[in-house]
Amino acid sequence: MSNPRNEWPLWEVFVRSKAGLDHKHCGSLHAADAPMAIQMARDVYTRRQEGTSIWVVRSEQIVASDPTEKGSLFDPADDKVYRHPTFYELPDELNHM
Amino acid sequence: MDALLVYVLRLADTCLIHSQRLSEWAGHAPVLEEDLALSNIALDLLGQARALLTYAGQLEGAWRDEDQLAFLREERDYRNVVLVELPNAVASPSDGGGRDFALTTVRNAAVALWLELLYERLQTSADAELAGIAAKSLKEVRYHRQHSGDWVVRLGDGTDESQARMQAALNVLWPYFNELFAAEGVDGVGPAWSELAPPWHARWATLMTEATLTLPRESAMRPRGIDGIHSEHMGHLLATMQHLQRSYPGGTW
Repeated sequence: MSNPRNEWPLWEVFVRSKAGLDHKHCGSLHAADAPMAIQMARDVYTRRQEGTSIWVVRSEQIVASDPTEKGSLFDPADDKVYRHPTFYELPDELNHM
Repeated sequence: MDALLVYVLRLADTCLIHSQRLSEWAGHAPVLEEDLALSNIALDLLGQARALLTYAGQLEGAWRDEDQLAFLREERDYRNVVLVELPNAVASPSDGGGRDFALTTVRNAAVALWLELLYERLQTSADAELAGIAAKSLKEVRYHRQHSGDWVVRLGDGTDESQARMQAALNVLWPYFNELFAAEGVDGVGPAWSELAPPWHARWATLMTEATLTLPRESAMRPRGIDGIHSEHMGHLLATMQHLQRSYPGGTW
């Protein structure tokens, strides 16, 4: 197995497809530093006109929720339908809300 | 042959053959990310070659299109600089067909800087077709110069091993750079390539300093690929590049 100290660090790539839209996570890549990560992201993820802006962040800098806590974190929202604004009577003019 | 046609062919063929050599990296680059980067650069150059060859075909007025010019000429009719037809590893001929990333990196940086300087000048050409192609291509080659220049600095100013490989690649390619400044100009349309020499050498010297590489001594070698006098590598390259079109004439996707 290769020595991890010889590997370039991993980066997560976020691309914004159009002005006004959000940056979306589109994948990851290896690069030696930030400028190289931006160039590599440009070449790997925007070669078919997918992007107008790129963010990269070191994968190790991302703090993620623990998958084993999925139940306690997310299941309680299942039966809270009243948190969705679906109980309002809308005027006819607003049919397409 | 018409001076403008020769001028366009020299540029077109240099883009075409450079692209062909770069495409040999597809699937073989050191890392996947760079594999895509090199392929992107090769495709950019192929696009530039297509536009230029189409224009050359119109100038020639003999009903040859980009495909016929790219795939059905004989070796002596190609006007590219010898630099771009050299294999991707000439530092160690013993590993024939091999790929030396240092050599590709140095060549990419040198050609990209040269193309950038040339397209900057062609943008304001009195020839509207050339000016248009140059304006569009300039954005592409600026990225190529940035990307390959970054690699030159990373590897030159890198480990002892990477610096030695970069210096070896530079020493091999250095005499071939002379040809980048050898072609005549066309009045009002395109500058003599010799005009590119002072800015190219100034910027190259800066890059070499940053990369802690040593400029070799001036070489008296004067390759003449721009007159159709090619190296022994050109025939092999053309055999690969032209094979499909010669085996299946007129074949399309």
